[in-house]
Amino acid sequence: MSPRTGHFNLLARVLHWSMAVMILAMLFVGVTMVASLQWRPQLIDLHRPLGIAIGVLVLLRLYNRLRHGAPPLPADLPGWQVLAAKASHVLLYALMLAMPLIGWSMLSAGGYPIVLGGGLHLPAIVPHSPALYAALRSAHSLLAYVLFATVLLHLGAALFHLWVRRDGVFQAMARGRD
Amino acid sequence: MSLFRFRREGGLARTPRAHSPLPWIALIALILGVLALAFAWFAGWVGNRLTAQRFTDSIEASGTTQPGFRRAHSKGVCVSGVFTPSAQAATLSTARAFSQPQVPVLGRLSIGGGDPHGADNSARVRSIALQLSTDDGQQWRMAMNSFPFFAVPTVAAFHEQTLAQVPDPATGKPDPKRMAAVLEKYPSARAFQQWAKTAPWSTSWASTTFNSINSFWFTDAQGRQRAVRWRWEPQAAFVEMDAAQRAAAGVDFLSEDLRRRLAEGPVRWNLVVTLAAAGDAIDDPSVAWPAEREQVVAGVLSLQHMQSQEAGACGELNFDPLILPTGIRGSDDPVLAARSAVYSQSFNRRERERASGATAAPATEHAR
Repeated sequence: MSPRTGHFNLLARVLHWSMAVMILAMLFVGVTMVASLQWRPQLIDLHRPLGIAIGVLVLLRLYNRLRHGAPPLPADLPGWQVLAAKASHVLLYALMLAMPLIGWSMLSAGGYPIVLGGGLHLPAIVPHSPALYAALRSAHSLLAYVLFATVLLHLGAALFHLWVRRDGVFQAMARGRD
Repeated sequence: MSLFRFRREGGLARTPRAHSPLPWIALIALILGVLALAFAWFAGWVGNRLTAQRFTDSIEASGTTQPGFRRAHSKGVCVSGVFTPSAQAATLSTARAFSQPQVPVLGRLSIGGGDPHGADNSARVRSIALQLSTDDGQQWRMAMNSFPFFAVPTVAAFHEQTLAQVPDPATGKPDPKRMAAVLEKYPSARAFQQWAKTAPWSTSWASTTFNSINSFWFTDAQGRQRAVRWRWEPQAAFVEMDAAQRAAAGVDFLSEDLRRRLAEGPVRWNLVVTLAAAGDAIDDPSVAWPAEREQVVAGVLSLQHMQSQEAGACGELNFDPLILPTGIRGSDDPVLAARSAVYSQSFNRRERERASGATAAPATEHAR
């Protein structure tokens, strides 16, 4: 199902750009809080609720995408670029869904309280287990690096469409009309 | 080159390009490069600043870290019991632990040092870690020590002190000149050394006072915030252990003593909260507050059971002192934030080692 206008709908655009900011912030907050001797308390208080918020928003975004589809790519886009675009979008969706779930599971497996702030907290979703914690903790880091690399690739490709190909792909997400 | 061929939908194919793509490609590469470099810098992969990872590496280098064990205060036993808040506690903070009639407690009594089989009779520092789990689903974790103030005022000083304990590869022993330099530089390190030399040793964990060291903020029902420190004041009488008795005591005398006491009944401490007055050092753990500060007994800890740290629930917990319920928050003490960061590193490394089969069971297992 493709939209008729050649542009993503308003909800898709609002979600895309707000989540772009949130995800990039999350990635930087994540690596910083793990390394920092000074800022961990403040950053982790931000990381948990923001991660859960991204997890909720991506569900809405996935629903909107499946329901309304995406505008077609330019007809002359080489096949490998079409494939790269589709594969990276699938990967981005998969990681946006997986990262909050892995983070939540990881805290559960580590016996940590899952604090969102203001007295709000989430229940554990997996048993308290060192083996599970170790695996999930490593996965959370590794997939964060994969997500960051994919985001960079996505940004590079978007700017390539905007400045080099000048083919309207970037504009499809940037505005509602030509 | 097909990479650069483009056509807008509805436009003409092979329209002559009006711009050279190279500056644009260079700009894109620059943007991506700056982002990647910034990411690497924040992660501590480039640059040489002190990170939680490097600090933990230094701790490992300074001690006798064993895979699957805590990086510091490695020897200990698991304990469990209840906390009963006093009537005054609820006036200090809205934390549920101060209003719930009885709060289940999981914890760990330990000795300083990185050797999980270290000798109790040579460990100057003793410690307690606790997790209070309240019925609102929140947790309050503490990690407290028997010394009355921290040896150094800052994270940088803490790292200097840790490095001074790293054995010199030439001699296999720490270079005494490095520790002398730390003592020279920090008056609190000299005061700490004085405490270590002169403070009497007690015969039991049960008669040891444990201090929060770092400061915290309590918020009461009116929203008033007060800087506090707290300590566990033992109900058991203090019995001093002189040097000869200490030399004669076994390497596991603390857990043996605790087991004997628990067989007869709960072992108790009072939670004594000290309220800061204007001008007290809130964010410097190396400065003790004057003894005449207002103090409130906020409740009683009754420990009832003990288990080995291999068998008990405390082994798989990170007693991060910044896991706090609403009504309590950490101060801006930089050492407190650094403890939280390093504990997390230590926990991650330990759990990975345990997951990959590192033996966590000591050769001799005393606390059954």
